[in-house]
Amino acid sequence: MQHYDYIEIKIPAKAQYVGVARLMISGIASRLGFTYDDIEDLKIASSEAITNAVQHAYGEDEDGEVVVGCALYEERLEIMIADHGASFDFEETKKHIGPYSDASDARFLREGGLGLYLMETLMDEVKFHHEEGVTVFMTKYLGRERGEEDVKRTANS
Amino acid sequence: MQEMNLQVELLEQNSVQYFKVVGEIDAFTAPVLRERLAAVENVDGLKAELDLSEVDYMDSTGLGVFVGFYKAVSANGGHVKITGLNKRLNRLFEITGLNEIIDIEQKESEDHNATL
Repeated sequence: MQHYDYIEIKIPAKAQYVGVARLMISGIASRLGFTYDDIEDLKIASSEAITNAVQHAYGEDEDGEVVVGCALYEERLEIMIADHGASFDFEETKKHIGPYSDASDARFLREGGLGLYLMETLMDEVKFHHEEGVTVFMTKYLGRERGEEDVKRTANS
Repeated sequence: MQEMNLQVELLEQNSVQYFKVVGEIDAFTAPVLRERLAAVENVDGLKAELDLSEVDYMDSTGLGVFVGFYKAVSANGGHVKITGLNKRLNRLFEITGLNEIIDIEQKESEDHNATL
């Protein structure tokens, strides 16, 4: 198995802590050497997943938690976001992740799907796993060019 | 009391309602923004300008607020213009296709290729 460092944070499922988890993602991404634009992408994509867990995983009077786990590889960052769980076994949970199907992810689409769409657009890979709760698994690779950005209005200059 | 990293100021109340939004728009702060905008969205023929030049983080919760505001204002014969978008925010509007629907304007300094 490829070596990675692992960092995890567990936050109460409350909107005011989404920004706290986002700061952690930002710090890790910057440690790994992601570009400014990639760090912003990672912040948005992970906030979308965390926001979704915070807003939909638990009932009004239910106290819940959201776990955000990051596996730091040399050439990529893997982020796992899970509701309804204690700290998870990163490797074990990863085995059960599969591509999402529109029908089973009505929870995301109900919100207009904008959050899900952003996650998929800003990350290189996004997968979902439903069991007791929802686990979102996202990957972004270092140094992958996004074609659209590099065209950069050179025509104007 | 939780410290909130968002300020919404209504700077002009003449013919154009000019809102200056400062800080981060996410799941925590979006409800405050929604509330501020909801206070004016039903005015007939409202002309609103939302200046986002000092917004340093926004995700789909912010886009959702602006879509809602745009819909309400349009339904009352008004117009919404979103200004001061930096490259990052502009990209969010572009990849979600909202730039085709809502009147948006980039920050002047980012309007052309800065090669200095």
